[in-house]
Amino acid sequence: MADGPLMPRRRDMHPVPFDPDYKTSISRSPRWPLLSMESTPSEETGPRFGASLLGPLDNNLIMNYSADGSPAIGERILMHGRVLDEMGRPVPETLIEIWQANAGGRYRHVKDGYLAPLDPNFGGCGRTITDAEGRYQFLTIRPGAYPWPNRANDWRPMHIHISVFGHAFGQRLITQMYFEGDPLIARCPIAATIKDRGQLERLVAPLDMSHARPLDFLAYKFDIVLRGRRQTMFENKPEGM
Amino acid sequence: MVQPLDTLIETPSQTAGPYVHIGCIPSFAGVEGVYPQDLGTSPIAEGAQGQIITITGSIYDGTGWALRDAMIEAWQADAAGRFPGQDGADPAVSGFCRFAADKDSGLFTLRTVKPGATPARGGAVQAPHISLWIVARGINIGLQTRIYFGDEDNSNDPLLSRIEQRPRAETLIAKPDGEGQYRFDIRLQGDGETVFLDL
Ligand SMILES: [Fe+2]
Repeated sequence: MADGPLMPRRRDMHPVPFDPDYKTSISRSPRWPLLSMESTPSEETGPRFGASLLGPLDNNLIMNYSADGSPAIGERILMHGRVLDEMGRPVPETLIEIWQANAGGRYRHVKDGYLAPLDPNFGGCGRTITDAEGRYQFLTIRPGAYPWPNRANDWRPMHIHISVFGHAFGQRLITQMYFEGDPLIARCPIAATIKDRGQLERLVAPLDMSHARPLDFLAYKFDIVLRGRRQTMFENKPEGM
Repeated sequence: MVQPLDTLIETPSQTAGPYVHIGCIPSFAGVEGVYPQDLGTSPIAEGAQGQIITITGSIYDGTGWALRDAMIEAWQADAAGRFPGQDGADPAVSGFCRFAADKDSGLFTLRTVKPGATPARGGAVQAPHISLWIVARGINIGLQTRIYFGDEDNSNDPLLSRIEQRPRAETLIAKPDGEGQYRFDIRLQGDGETVFLDL
């Protein structure tokens, strides 16, 4: 069995690019159709990152910005899951990066001026590389909800931003993880850019007490599926064979 | 009833938002000290084979305003047309670069080596190009496009050949602008809208 082209993206399973309720998308969404083609080596190859990239605290957002050894403020959580492809195969050795607001809903970013305070011991970014079974873990704090300028009173639900590489540039994905039970998800115009309800639910991480550590942290599970590659006995044959 | 399929569906995208830099280019956000350096600051190291080139441009929204908060990733082959990881690829070419539009001017700059032509399925040859992936607030799923070069023979490129409206193909071609310099602007919407890809 040979690895063939990437499976075409199912655009109806993704957010719509143009959504008037998310105002910034109005001027930043293309009007003309995308040019759809079978993937080429340019999309089927991609950057690879080894474990040598990682420092010991890279996946520990509670401690990786600590100035004096004090932990970040907030509800301590383990975020964990697996990265798979559409064929159900684990995606090992792929880089995952996350970023998030602190427990008060404030980002450590030159452009964030929300009145919630910065936490001197929280930077808000982390990264890790999946193991041989595609598993990953982060230790962090639960981010706060925050208001944002869109409609008159829009608030983002609690969320963690996630970037995944896969093994091919055409698998590149950025998404967001939401938290089970957050009433702001149903009111969020960014979450609502995903029109398929089942797909939106896949971004909502369930509380996972099987991975919580007593007297220490709660856990949330978040699995990620990247594009797969067609696998048949008929790939890479001259046309018509 | 039929048998269930055993394939999964890709996780849906969400916008990278205005603070994408915290996670991807922390020094741009003002977050220092978590990592020794940002990832993908250059696609080439000392000693990379081939012609060093610099590509400059902006990303414009539908009103003509240059985005100040976008993040761009580039991926390319080396000067001989080999992708990093392939046999014989130039060890000084990582091929991957991450950069942000400047927060004041909206200008971006990519310094790299000019890639070679690359083979594709069925004996086709792709003209030299750099693949781009663009994310920002207001972009709900990352936008794929390519930079081709105005001083190369692009006439047989399989992707450019698929663009029905010939003037639109020009949106993927960087304009030579002095020795080793190119200009490549990206228009998300409106007049001269860039061709974005689904492949
Ligand atoms: Fe956010």
